[in-house]
Amino acid sequence: MIALTTDLNKLGAVKAPPGFADRVLAQLGMADSYAPFETVLGTVYVAWNRLGVSAAARSNSAQEFVDWFHKDVGRQVMAAEAAPDLARKIKDELNGKRRMRFDLRGLTPFEQAVLRKTRQIPRGEVRPYGWVAREIGRPAAVRAVGTALANNPIPYFIPCHRVVRTDGEIGNYGGGGPEAKRAILILEGVRLKRLQDMARGGFRYQGVRTTKIFCYPTCYTGRHALEKNIVWLHDEASARAAGFRPCKVCRPAVVA
Amino acid sequence: MQGVDGLFERMVHEHKDRVFAASLAMTGNRHDAEDVAQDTFIRAYRALATYSPERIRDLKERPWLHRITVNVVRNRVRGVKPQLVELNGRESDHSPGPEAKAMERMQIDELATRVADLPIRYREAVVLRHVRDLSYAEVAEALGQPVGTVKANVHRGLKLLRGDDHDRVDN
Repeated sequence: MIALTTDLNKLGAVKAPPGFADRVLAQLGMADSYAPFETVLGTVYVAWNRLGVSAAARSNSAQEFVDWFHKDVGRQVMAAEAAPDLARKIKDELNGKRRMRFDLRGLTPFEQAVLRKTRQIPRGEVRPYGWVAREIGRPAAVRAVGTALANNPIPYFIPCHRVVRTDGEIGNYGGGGPEAKRAILILEGVRLKRLQDMARGGFRYQGVRTTKIFCYPTCYTGRHALEKNIVWLHDEASARAAGFRPCKVCRPAVVA
Repeated sequence: MQGVDGLFERMVHEHKDRVFAASLAMTGNRHDAEDVAQDTFIRAYRALATYSPERIRDLKERPWLHRITVNVVRNRVRGVKPQLVELNGRESDHSPGPEAKAMERMQIDELATRVADLPIRYREAVVLRHVRDLSYAEVAEALGQPVGTVKANVHRGLKLLRGDDHDRVDN
Protein backbone atom coordinates (compact mmCIF):
# COMPACT_ATOMS: atom_id res chain seq x y z
CA MET A 1 0.00 0.00 0.00
CA ILE A 2 2.65 2.46 1.10
CA ALA A 3 5.08 1.26 -1.54
CA LEU A 4 2.59 1.80 -4.33
CA THR A 5 1.71 5.39 -3.44
CA THR A 6 5.42 6.14 -2.91
CA ASP A 7 6.15 4.81 -6.38
CA LEU A 8 3.32 6.84 -7.84
CA ASN A 9 4.83 9.86 -6.16
CA LYS A 10 8.17 9.11 -7.79
CA LEU A 11 6.39 8.96 -11.11
CA GLY A 12 5.13 12.43 -10.29
CA ALA A 13 8.69 13.69 -9.86
CA VAL A 14 9.58 12.91 -13.47
CA LYS A 15 11.09 15.89 -15.28
CA ALA A 16 10.08 17.11 -18.69
CA PRO A 17 12.65 16.19 -21.36
CA PRO A 18 15.40 18.71 -22.09
CA GLY A 19 14.34 21.46 -24.45
CA PHE A 20 10.66 20.77 -23.87
CA ALA A 21 9.74 24.33 -22.94
CA ASP A 22 11.62 25.72 -25.94
CA ARG A 23 9.81 23.33 -28.26
CA VAL A 24 6.44 24.42 -26.88
CA LEU A 25 7.33 28.09 -27.24
CA ALA A 26 8.77 27.52 -30.71
CA GLN A 27 5.56 25.76 -31.80
CA LEU A 28 3.68 28.88 -30.83
CA GLY A 29 6.32 31.01 -32.51
CA MET A 30 7.32 32.54 -29.19
CA ALA A 31 10.82 31.20 -28.86
CA ASP A 32 13.49 32.51 -31.15
CA SER A 33 15.36 30.37 -33.65
CA TYR A 34 18.69 31.20 -35.18
CA ALA A 35 20.88 30.24 -38.09
CA PRO A 36 24.25 31.43 -39.37
CA PHE A 37 24.13 33.57 -42.45
CA GLU A 38 26.93 34.60 -44.80
CA THR A 39 27.25 38.31 -45.48
CA VAL A 40 29.94 40.67 -46.68
CA LEU A 41 30.84 41.05 -43.01
CA GLY A 42 31.51 37.34 -42.69
CA THR A 43 29.28 34.99 -40.76
CA VAL A 44 26.40 36.76 -39.07
CA TYR A 45 24.08 34.87 -36.77
CA VAL A 46 20.46 35.82 -37.31
CA ALA A 47 17.64 35.14 -34.85
CA TRP A 48 13.94 35.34 -35.63
CA ASN A 49 10.53 34.48 -34.22
CA ARG A 50 6.94 34.84 -35.34
CA LEU A 51 7.18 38.63 -35.22
CA GLY A 52 10.16 38.75 -37.53
CA VAL A 53 13.93 39.00 -37.28
CA SER A 54 14.80 39.71 -33.66
CA ALA A 55 18.59 40.01 -33.57
CA ALA A 56 21.75 39.72 -35.59
CA ALA A 57 25.35 39.63 -34.45
CA ARG A 58 28.79 38.73 -35.69
CA SER A 59 29.79 36.03 -33.25
CA ASN A 60 32.77 33.72 -33.38
CA SER A 61 30.67 30.67 -32.66
CA ALA A 62 27.08 29.58 -32.35
CA GLN A 63 27.57 29.19 -28.59
CA GLU A 64 28.83 32.75 -28.29
CA PHE A 65 25.75 33.97 -30.13
CA VAL A 66 23.39 31.91 -27.97
CA ASP A 67 25.00 33.27 -24.80
CA TRP A 68 24.90 36.82 -26.08
CA PHE A 69 21.28 36.51 -27.12
CA HIS A 70 20.26 35.08 -23.78
CA LYS A 71 22.03 37.85 -21.90
CA ASP A 72 21.11 40.73 -24.16
CA VAL A 73 17.62 39.86 -25.39
CA GLY A 74 16.67 37.80 -22.36
CA ARG A 75 15.15 34.84 -24.18
CA GLN A 76 16.28 31.37 -25.16
CA VAL A 77 17.19 30.76 -28.77
CA MET A 78 17.32 27.46 -30.64
CA ALA A 79 19.36 26.43 -33.64
CA ALA A 80 17.21 25.93 -36.71
CA GLU A 81 17.41 25.60 -40.44
CA ALA A 82 17.22 29.01 -42.03
CA ALA A 83 14.16 29.37 -44.21
CA PRO A 84 15.35 28.80 -47.79
CA ASP A 85 14.12 32.23 -48.87
CA LEU A 86 15.80 34.05 -45.97
CA ALA A 87 18.86 34.93 -48.05
CA ARG A 88 16.68 36.38 -50.78
CA LYS A 89 14.55 38.29 -48.27
CA ILE A 90 17.58 39.81 -46.62
CA LYS A 91 18.98 40.86 -49.97
CA ASP A 92 15.68 42.46 -50.96
CA GLU A 93 15.44 44.23 -47.63
CA LEU A 94 18.90 45.74 -48.04
CA ASN A 95 18.07 46.79 -51.57
CA GLY A 96 14.83 48.37 -50.42
CA LYS A 97 12.77 46.08 -52.65
CA ARG A 98 10.78 44.43 -49.93
CA ARG A 99 10.23 45.03 -46.25
CA MET A 100 11.13 42.30 -43.81
CA ARG A 101 9.45 42.10 -40.46
CA PHE A 102 11.50 42.88 -37.39
CA ASP A 103 10.74 42.13 -33.77
CA LEU A 104 11.65 45.33 -31.96
CA ARG A 105 9.87 44.56 -28.69
CA GLY A 106 11.92 45.58 -25.72
CA LEU A 107 13.09 48.78 -27.34
CA THR A 108 11.72 52.16 -26.32
CA PRO A 109 9.33 53.94 -28.70
CA PHE A 110 12.13 56.43 -29.42
CA GLU A 111 14.59 53.66 -30.33
CA GLN A 112 11.97 52.02 -32.51
CA ALA A 113 11.29 55.30 -34.31
CA VAL A 114 15.02 55.79 -34.95
CA LEU A 115 15.38 52.30 -36.39
CA ARG A 116 12.24 52.56 -38.51
CA LYS A 117 13.48 55.84 -39.97
CA THR A 118 16.93 54.38 -40.58
CA ARG A 119 15.41 51.61 -42.66
CA GLN A 120 14.14 54.22 -45.09
CA ILE A 121 17.65 55.32 -46.10
CA PRO A 122 18.21 53.74 -49.50
CA ARG A 123 21.16 51.54 -50.31
CA GLY A 124 24.11 53.56 -51.57
CA GLU A 125 23.12 56.64 -49.60
CA VAL A 126 23.96 58.03 -46.18
CA ARG A 127 22.31 60.53 -43.86
CA PRO A 128 23.61 62.44 -40.87
CA TYR A 129 22.47 61.62 -37.32
CA GLY A 130 20.73 65.00 -37.22
CA TRP A 131 18.59 64.06 -40.18
CA VAL A 132 17.19 61.02 -38.36
CA ALA A 133 16.53 63.16 -35.29
CA ARG A 134 14.68 65.80 -37.28
CA GLU A 135 12.71 63.29 -39.35
CA ILE A 136 11.31 61.57 -36.27
CA GLY A 137 10.30 64.91 -34.79
CA ARG A 138 13.04 65.13 -32.14
CA PRO A 139 15.53 67.54 -33.75
CA ALA A 140 17.47 68.10 -30.52
CA ALA A 141 17.97 64.42 -29.77
CA VAL A 142 20.97 63.91 -32.05
CA ARG A 143 23.12 62.20 -29.43
CA ALA A 144 20.23 59.99 -28.38
CA VAL A 145 19.88 58.92 -32.01
CA GLY A 146 23.54 57.92 -31.94
CA THR A 147 22.98 55.87 -28.81
CA ALA A 148 19.87 54.22 -30.22
CA LEU A 149 21.77 53.24 -33.36
CA ALA A 150 24.71 51.97 -31.33
CA ASN A 151 22.25 49.68 -29.54
CA ASN A 152 20.64 48.50 -32.76
CA PRO A 153 19.94 44.80 -32.04
CA ILE A 154 19.84 43.99 -35.75
CA PRO A 155 22.83 45.79 -37.27
CA TYR A 156 23.37 45.37 -41.01
CA PHE A 157 19.74 44.36 -41.59
CA ILE A 158 18.56 47.61 -40.11
CA PRO A 159 21.16 49.70 -41.91
CA CYS A 160 22.54 51.84 -39.11
CA HIS A 161 25.76 51.92 -41.16
CA ARG A 162 23.99 54.39 -43.46
CA VAL A 163 23.95 57.03 -40.74
CA VAL A 164 27.22 59.01 -40.59
CA ARG A 165 28.65 62.13 -39.03
CA THR A 166 28.46 65.44 -40.89
CA ASP A 167 32.12 66.32 -40.26
CA GLY A 168 33.33 63.56 -42.55
CA GLU A 169 34.22 61.14 -39.82
CA ILE A 170 32.55 57.84 -40.41
CA GLY A 171 31.07 57.49 -36.93
CA ASN A 172 30.97 54.38 -34.86
CA TYR A 173 29.41 51.09 -35.82
CA GLY A 174 28.06 48.44 -33.48
CA GLY A 175 28.25 45.80 -36.18
CA GLY A 176 32.05 45.66 -36.23
CA GLY A 177 33.61 49.09 -35.82
CA PRO A 178 34.27 51.94 -38.25
CA GLU A 179 36.26 49.71 -40.63
CA ALA A 180 33.29 47.39 -41.16
CA LYS A 181 31.04 50.41 -41.62
CA ARG A 182 33.37 51.83 -44.27
CA ALA A 183 33.54 48.47 -46.06
CA ILE A 184 29.78 48.05 -46.25
CA LEU A 185 29.20 51.59 -47.45
CA ILE A 186 31.77 51.25 -50.23
CA LEU A 187 30.23 47.93 -51.16
CA GLU A 188 26.83 49.56 -51.33
CA GLY A 189 28.20 52.09 -53.80
CA VAL A 190 28.72 55.17 -51.63
CA ARG A 191 31.54 57.39 -52.97
CA LEU A 192 32.94 57.64 -49.51
CA LYS A 193 36.23 59.37 -50.24
CA ARG A 194 34.55 62.17 -52.17
CA LEU A 195 31.93 62.52 -49.47
CA GLN A 196 34.48 62.69 -46.68
CA ASP A 197 36.76 65.13 -48.51
CA MET A 198 33.90 67.55 -49.04
CA ALA A 199 32.57 67.10 -45.53
CA ARG A 200 35.98 67.95 -44.08
CA GLY A 201 35.83 71.15 -46.11
CA GLY A 202 32.54 71.93 -44.43
CA PHE A 203 30.40 71.14 -47.46
CA ARG A 204 27.26 69.28 -46.45
CA TYR A 205 25.04 69.58 -49.50
CA GLN A 206 25.35 69.54 -53.19
CA GLY A 207 23.19 71.66 -55.45
CA VAL A 208 22.56 71.14 -59.12
CA ARG A 209 22.71 74.37 -61.09
CA THR A 210 20.24 73.28 -63.74
CA THR A 211 17.47 72.17 -61.39
CA LYS A 212 18.17 74.62 -58.57
CA ILE A 213 17.70 71.78 -56.05
CA PHE A 214 20.09 70.91 -53.23
CA CYS A 215 20.48 67.42 -51.79
CA TYR A 216 22.54 65.31 -49.46
CA PRO A 217 25.56 64.40 -51.59
CA THR A 218 24.58 60.72 -51.85
CA CYS A 219 20.94 61.33 -52.81
CA TYR A 220 20.23 59.40 -55.99
CA THR A 221 18.30 62.28 -57.58
CA GLY A 222 21.55 64.16 -58.05
CA ARG A 223 23.59 61.18 -59.13
CA HIS A 224 23.37 61.77 -62.84
CA ALA A 225 24.04 65.49 -62.77
CA LEU A 226 27.07 66.54 -64.80
CA GLU A 227 30.04 67.37 -62.62
CA LYS A 228 30.20 70.89 -64.09
CA ASN A 229 26.65 71.60 -62.91
CA ILE A 230 27.29 70.57 -59.31
CA VAL A 231 27.81 73.20 -56.64
CA TRP A 232 28.91 72.27 -53.13
CA LEU A 233 27.10 74.12 -50.38
CA HIS A 234 27.90 74.73 -46.74
CA ASP A 235 24.48 74.97 -45.18
CA GLU A 236 20.81 75.51 -45.79
CA ALA A 237 20.94 79.31 -45.52
CA SER A 238 23.62 79.73 -48.16
CA ALA A 239 21.87 77.20 -50.38
CA ARG A 240 18.61 79.09 -50.23
CA ALA A 241 20.47 82.39 -50.71
CA ALA A 242 21.94 80.95 -53.89
CA GLY A 243 18.43 80.18 -55.10
CA PHE A 244 18.33 76.44 -54.37
CA ARG A 245 15.38 74.64 -52.82
CA PRO A 246 15.72 71.47 -50.72
CA CYS A 247 15.22 68.11 -52.44
CA LYS A 248 11.86 66.53 -51.68
CA VAL A 249 13.33 63.04 -51.73
CA CYS A 250 16.28 63.23 -49.36
CA ARG A 251 14.89 66.24 -47.44
CA PRO A 252 18.10 68.02 -46.42
CA ALA A 253 15.84 70.65 -44.86
CA VAL A 254 12.14 70.99 -44.33
CA VAL A 255 10.64 71.94 -47.67
CA ALA A 256 9.30 75.45 -47.37
CA MET B 1 -0.59 40.46 -26.10
CA GLN B 2 2.79 41.01 -24.48
CA GLY B 3 1.24 40.33 -21.08
CA VAL B 4 -0.28 37.00 -22.08
CA ASP B 5 2.92 35.89 -23.78
CA GLY B 6 4.99 36.68 -20.71
CA LEU B 7 2.52 34.97 -18.40
CA PHE B 8 2.43 31.94 -20.65
CA GLU B 9 6.20 31.67 -20.89
CA ARG B 10 6.46 31.73 -17.12
CA MET B 11 3.70 29.11 -16.90
CA VAL B 12 5.50 26.75 -19.28
CA HIS B 13 8.71 26.93 -17.29
CA GLU B 14 6.98 26.62 -13.96
CA HIS B 15 4.62 23.77 -14.78
CA LYS B 16 6.36 21.80 -17.51
CA ASP B 17 7.57 19.01 -15.21
CA ARG B 18 4.16 18.60 -13.54
CA VAL B 19 2.32 18.51 -16.82
CA PHE B 20 4.83 16.10 -18.32
CA ALA B 21 4.67 13.77 -15.31
CA ALA B 22 0.88 13.70 -15.44
CA SER B 23 1.00 13.12 -19.20
CA LEU B 24 3.47 10.25 -18.77
CA ALA B 25 1.26 8.55 -16.20
CA MET B 26 -1.80 9.05 -18.39
CA THR B 27 -0.26 7.77 -21.62
CA GLY B 28 2.31 5.26 -20.39
CA ASN B 29 5.17 6.26 -22.67
CA ARG B 30 7.40 9.27 -23.07
CA HIS B 31 6.71 9.85 -26.72
CA ASP B 32 2.94 10.24 -26.27
CA ALA B 33 3.57 12.07 -23.03
CA GLU B 34 5.51 14.76 -24.84
CA ASP B 35 2.70 15.08 -27.40
CA VAL B 36 0.09 15.39 -24.68
CA ALA B 37 2.14 17.83 -22.64
CA GLN B 38 2.77 19.99 -25.71
CA ASP B 39 -0.90 19.92 -26.67
CA THR B 40 -1.77 20.90 -23.13
CA PHE B 41 0.33 24.03 -23.28
CA ILE B 42 -0.72 24.95 -26.79
CA ARG B 43 -4.38 24.72 -25.81
CA ALA B 44 -3.67 26.62 -22.65
CA TYR B 45 -2.11 29.39 -24.70
CA ARG B 46 -5.03 29.58 -27.11
CA ALA B 47 -7.45 29.68 -24.19
CA LEU B 48 -5.48 32.39 -22.37
CA ALA B 49 -5.59 34.57 -25.45
CA THR B 50 -9.40 34.64 -25.20
CA TYR B 51 -9.63 35.17 -21.44
CA SER B 52 -10.46 38.47 -19.82
CA PRO B 53 -7.86 39.98 -17.46
CA GLU B 54 -10.12 39.18 -14.47
CA ARG B 55 -10.39 35.56 -15.49
CA ILE B 56 -6.64 35.31 -15.91
CA ARG B 57 -6.06 36.90 -12.53
CA ASP B 58 -8.36 34.44 -10.78
CA LEU B 59 -6.98 31.45 -12.62
CA LYS B 60 -5.84 28.52 -10.47
CA GLU B 61 -3.09 27.41 -12.77
CA ARG B 62 -2.44 23.88 -11.57
CA PRO B 63 -5.98 22.50 -11.57
CA TRP B 64 -6.64 24.40 -14.78
CA LEU B 65 -3.63 22.91 -16.60
CA HIS B 66 -4.42 19.44 -15.27
CA ARG B 67 -7.95 19.76 -16.51
CA ILE B 68 -6.60 20.58 -19.96
CA THR B 69 -4.25 17.58 -19.82
CA VAL B 70 -7.17 15.34 -18.87
CA ASN B 71 -9.18 16.69 -21.78
CA VAL B 72 -6.31 16.21 -24.22
CA VAL B 73 -6.00 12.58 -23.13
CA ARG B 74 -9.77 12.05 -23.34
CA ASN B 75 -9.78 13.44 -26.88
CA ARG B 76 -6.92 11.20 -27.91
CA VAL B 77 -8.78 8.20 -26.55
CA ARG B 78 -11.65 9.21 -28.78
CA GLY B 79 -9.19 9.21 -31.62
CA VAL B 80 -9.28 12.95 -32.19
CA LYS B 81 -5.60 13.57 -32.30
CA PRO B 82 -5.09 17.27 -32.94
CA GLN B 83 -2.91 18.07 -35.90
CA LEU B 84 0.06 20.15 -34.92
CA VAL B 85 2.28 21.97 -37.30
CA GLU B 86 5.98 21.49 -36.67
CA LEU B 87 7.17 25.02 -37.29
CA ASN B 88 10.79 24.15 -37.47
CA GLY B 89 10.28 20.84 -39.18
CA ARG B 90 12.48 19.14 -36.65
CA GLU B 91 11.78 15.95 -34.77
CA SER B 92 11.68 16.41 -31.05
CA ASP B 93 14.51 14.66 -29.34
CA HIS B 94 13.65 12.08 -26.77
CA SER B 95 17.00 11.73 -25.16
CA PRO B 96 16.85 10.83 -21.50
CA GLY B 97 16.41 13.54 -18.96
CA PRO B 98 19.15 14.04 -16.40
CA GLU B 99 16.95 12.43 -13.73
CA ALA B 100 17.18 9.13 -15.45
CA LYS B 101 19.34 6.58 -13.82
CA ALA B 102 18.59 3.68 -16.13
CA MET B 103 17.11 1.27 -13.55
CA GLU B 104 14.93 3.79 -11.84
CA ARG B 105 13.81 5.15 -15.16
CA MET B 106 12.80 1.69 -16.33
CA GLN B 107 10.83 1.11 -13.16
CA ILE B 108 9.12 4.44 -13.50
CA ASP B 109 8.25 3.82 -17.12
CA GLU B 110 6.99 0.39 -16.27
CA LEU B 111 4.75 1.84 -13.58
CA ALA B 112 3.57 4.52 -16.01
CA THR B 113 2.57 1.80 -18.46
CA ARG B 114 0.58 0.05 -15.77
CA VAL B 115 -1.15 3.26 -14.74
CA ALA B 116 -1.88 4.06 -18.37
CA ASP B 117 -3.62 0.67 -18.68
CA LEU B 118 -6.21 1.62 -16.07
CA PRO B 119 -9.67 2.51 -17.34
CA ILE B 120 -9.67 6.23 -17.95
CA ARG B 121 -11.92 7.26 -15.06
CA TYR B 122 -9.68 5.54 -12.48
CA ARG B 123 -6.55 6.64 -14.26
CA GLU B 124 -7.45 10.33 -14.17
CA ALA B 125 -8.29 10.14 -10.49
CA VAL B 126 -5.19 8.16 -9.48
CA VAL B 127 -2.83 10.30 -11.55
CA LEU B 128 -4.06 13.59 -10.17
CA ARG B 129 -4.36 12.40 -6.59
CA HIS B 130 -1.20 10.30 -6.21
CA VAL B 131 1.11 11.10 -9.10
CA ARG B 132 0.45 14.81 -9.05
CA ASP B 133 -0.36 14.90 -5.36
CA LEU B 134 -3.39 17.19 -5.63
CA SER B 135 -5.93 17.26 -2.80
CA TYR B 136 -9.25 15.49 -3.35
CA ALA B 137 -10.92 18.87 -3.67
CA GLU B 138 -8.45 19.96 -6.38
CA VAL B 139 -8.84 16.68 -8.24
CA ALA B 140 -12.61 17.07 -8.09
CA GLU B 141 -12.27 20.57 -9.52
CA ALA B 142 -9.90 19.52 -12.29
CA LEU B 143 -12.12 16.59 -13.30
CA GLY B 144 -15.43 18.35 -12.79
CA GLN B 145 -16.63 15.49 -10.58
CA PRO B 146 -17.96 15.33 -7.00
CA VAL B 147 -15.36 14.61 -4.33
CA GLY B 148 -17.06 11.33 -3.39
CA THR B 149 -16.81 10.05 -6.93
CA VAL B 150 -13.13 10.97 -7.03
CA LYS B 151 -12.41 9.16 -3.76
CA ALA B 152 -14.15 6.03 -4.98
CA ASN B 153 -12.29 6.13 -8.31
CA VAL B 154 -8.92 6.62 -6.64
CA HIS B 155 -9.62 3.73 -4.31
CA ARG B 156 -10.61 1.37 -7.12
CA GLY B 157 -7.75 2.53 -9.28
CA LEU B 158 -5.19 1.76 -6.58
CA LYS B 159 -6.75 -1.65 -6.02
CA LEU B 160 -6.47 -2.45 -9.70
CA LEU B 161 -2.84 -1.36 -9.71
CA ARG B 162 -2.13 -3.71 -6.83
CA GLY B 163 -3.64 -6.50 -8.90
CA ASP B 164 -6.48 -6.89 -6.44
CA ASP B 165 -9.59 -6.37 -8.53
CA HIS B 166 -12.20 -8.38 -6.66
CA ASP B 167 -14.59 -5.51 -6.21
CA ARG B 168 -13.95 -4.11 -9.66
CA VAL B 169 -17.13 -2.68 -11.12
CA ASP B 170 -15.82 -1.60 -14.48
CA ASN B 171 -16.12 -4.32 -17.17
